Amino acid sequence: MASADSSLRWKHLHKVLTKPGPFSDEDWVPGSETISALETSKILGAGGLGCEILKNLALSGFKDIHVIDMGKSPPITFSGIPQLTLTDTIDISNLNRQFLFRQADIGKPKAEVAAAFVERRVKGVKITPYVGKIQDKDEDYYMQFKIVVCGLDSIEARRWINATLIGMVDPENPESLKPFIDGGTEGFKGQARVILPTLSSCIECQLDMHAPRPAVPLCTIATIPRQPQHCIEWAHQIAWQEKRKDDPFDSDDLDHIGWVYNAALERAKQFHIHGVTFQMTQGVVKNIIPAIASTNAVIAAATTSEALKIATSCNPYLDNYMMYAGEEGVYTYTFEAEKKPDCPVCGNLARNMTVDPDMTLQEYIDTLGDRPEAQLKKPSMRTEEKTLYQRFPPQLEEQTRANLQRKLRDLVEDGQEIAVSDPAYTIDFRYRLLFK
Amino acid sequence: MLKIWSMKQQQQQAENAEGAAGKKKKKVTAAQLRVQRDLQELTLGSTMKMSFPNPDDILNFTLTIEPDEGMYKGGAFHFSFNVNQNFPHDPPKVKCTQKIYHPNIDLEGNVCLNILREDWKPVLNLNAVIVGMQFLFLEPNASDPLNKEAADDLRQNREAFKRNVRTSMTGGTVRNVQYERVMK
Repeated sequence: MASADSSLRWKHLHKVLTKPGPFSDEDWVPGSETISALETSKILGAGGLGCEILKNLALSGFKDIHVIDMGKSPPITFSGIPQLTLTDTIDISNLNRQFLFRQADIGKPKAEVAAAFVERRVKGVKITPYVGKIQDKDEDYYMQFKIVVCGLDSIEARRWINATLIGMVDPENPESLKPFIDGGTEGFKGQARVILPTLSSCIECQLDMHAPRPAVPLCTIATIPRQPQHCIEWAHQIAWQEKRKDDPFDSDDLDHIGWVYNAALERAKQFHIHGVTFQMTQGVVKNIIPAIASTNAVIAAATTSEALKIATSCNPYLDNYMMYAGEEGVYTYTFEAEKKPDCPVCGNLARNMTVDPDMTLQEYIDTLGDRPEAQLKKPSMRTEEKTLYQRFPPQLEEQTRANLQRKLRDLVEDGQEIAVSDPAYTIDFRYRLLFK
Repeated sequence: MLKIWSMKQQQQQAENAEGAAGKKKKKVTAAQLRVQRDLQELTLGSTMKMSFPNPDDILNFTLTIEPDEGMYKGGAFHFSFNVNQNFPHDPPKVKCTQKIYHPNIDLEGNVCLNILREDWKPVLNLNAVIVGMQFLFLEPNASDPLNKEAADDLRQNREAFKRNVRTSMTGGTVRNVQYERVMK
């Protein structure tokens, strides 16, 4: 395919981008302008759906793709003996579904190998890999992209990128609003959603919807294990604490996994339970849910086609949530998740409030009660690093009471954000304090 | 893309935007904000106290329960609370910092309370956890044992169990295990 005429490769894509379809917007102008908008869009793909997302973006006509793959570089060992690692380098067990990798790539970082492979196959695309966590990067980094597509593997990472992208929205600068496309899979289930930070419902709005992972009661694990997984949980949660109290458990350390595996085997024997394996031990302690190649493909395709539609405006984008269930047959359902007015992230964006830095915190709190936009009578408040004043419980009130007599300039910096809660309101408020 | 930007501009005009943003600084996280709210909405009876080793860090604190009725009356039980940044998706991590004789608390301080693990939901708050903890001292529960011996004692002979509780609370030995003195 590498030698195929490039106009042939893009033939079908260009059909979509050079003539209007039944669903395209009236104002939309098809043609070369749209194609160049696509080709110049700098886009970020992050997370575990990596291979699929990367391939799809490249074949959708994006030319400037950045990719972040969570994962650590292999640990440096002083003994000089290479160790088998459990990090996000390519493992033999990845080869069944992560089609950009070959046997010879085992041990290399995923992001880099995937980038090189796609660049080889799709001429003219530039892929910039970064091996690390999304949390390593700051707002300036995310500001350079037009669209962010994520297939992250944890709720925590989703909440982080969600809050970051929402926090970046600057009313004066429309380009600071980065459409965020989120895809996720869990076995045969998946979801894809489009989030327009501050405009549409965000990850935090629907946090309650994500069921926390099912856990086995601690007492079952402690007293009446019935399954091999219970024995592993016992070794991980209870035996480790008892025997290796001062040694923090590291799920990437093979020695630690090995210890847990042996302890679990021993316990399984006692209770006549069969089936504890090393691989299962890894799966349980790292909470690995088997990835299904077809689910990943469906969800990655959904997220990347949204990226194409948003970048080119050629067709209406998903508004705003698509669920996919593939356990029994194939089922999808699309609906509009609603923005929650009391969402702690997008419900009440920080407002600017001009204050006199020489005013005491007590005086400031008094003004909050009077200001028509606030009317907060019993507020508690903090910055990211400091508890300014907390009204309850009494112990904390006592500890923070002294702050009331201090001047604002001694407690916060100019332009710093504070978060205020008041029992009279179900929502919280954020203010950016600007010194007079 | 352009469409989305103009949507944002319209929304902004409607809201009559304020001035440009100041320099970006670290923001209060969703977990901190939720804990700030949860703390404010606590109802602590006279039997409960909290302490914050670092008042600026509201994600880590200690709860002391001093039951005024039931078998554990007269004791002061300390629990460390550790809330992570993934709260309220993840439950708080709660551990008893003393070695106590209780069917639902093991010798390492792990607590078996359904809402701390399998039944946790993000709609629950710190108050629900604290109420649950208090309940464990009023009604120790033999059917969810973490300390199997204590649970067996409770099931087989409630009076003997009560005596064991008293012995353990004063720093005595029950079934070859020495417990910490926890009297007020």
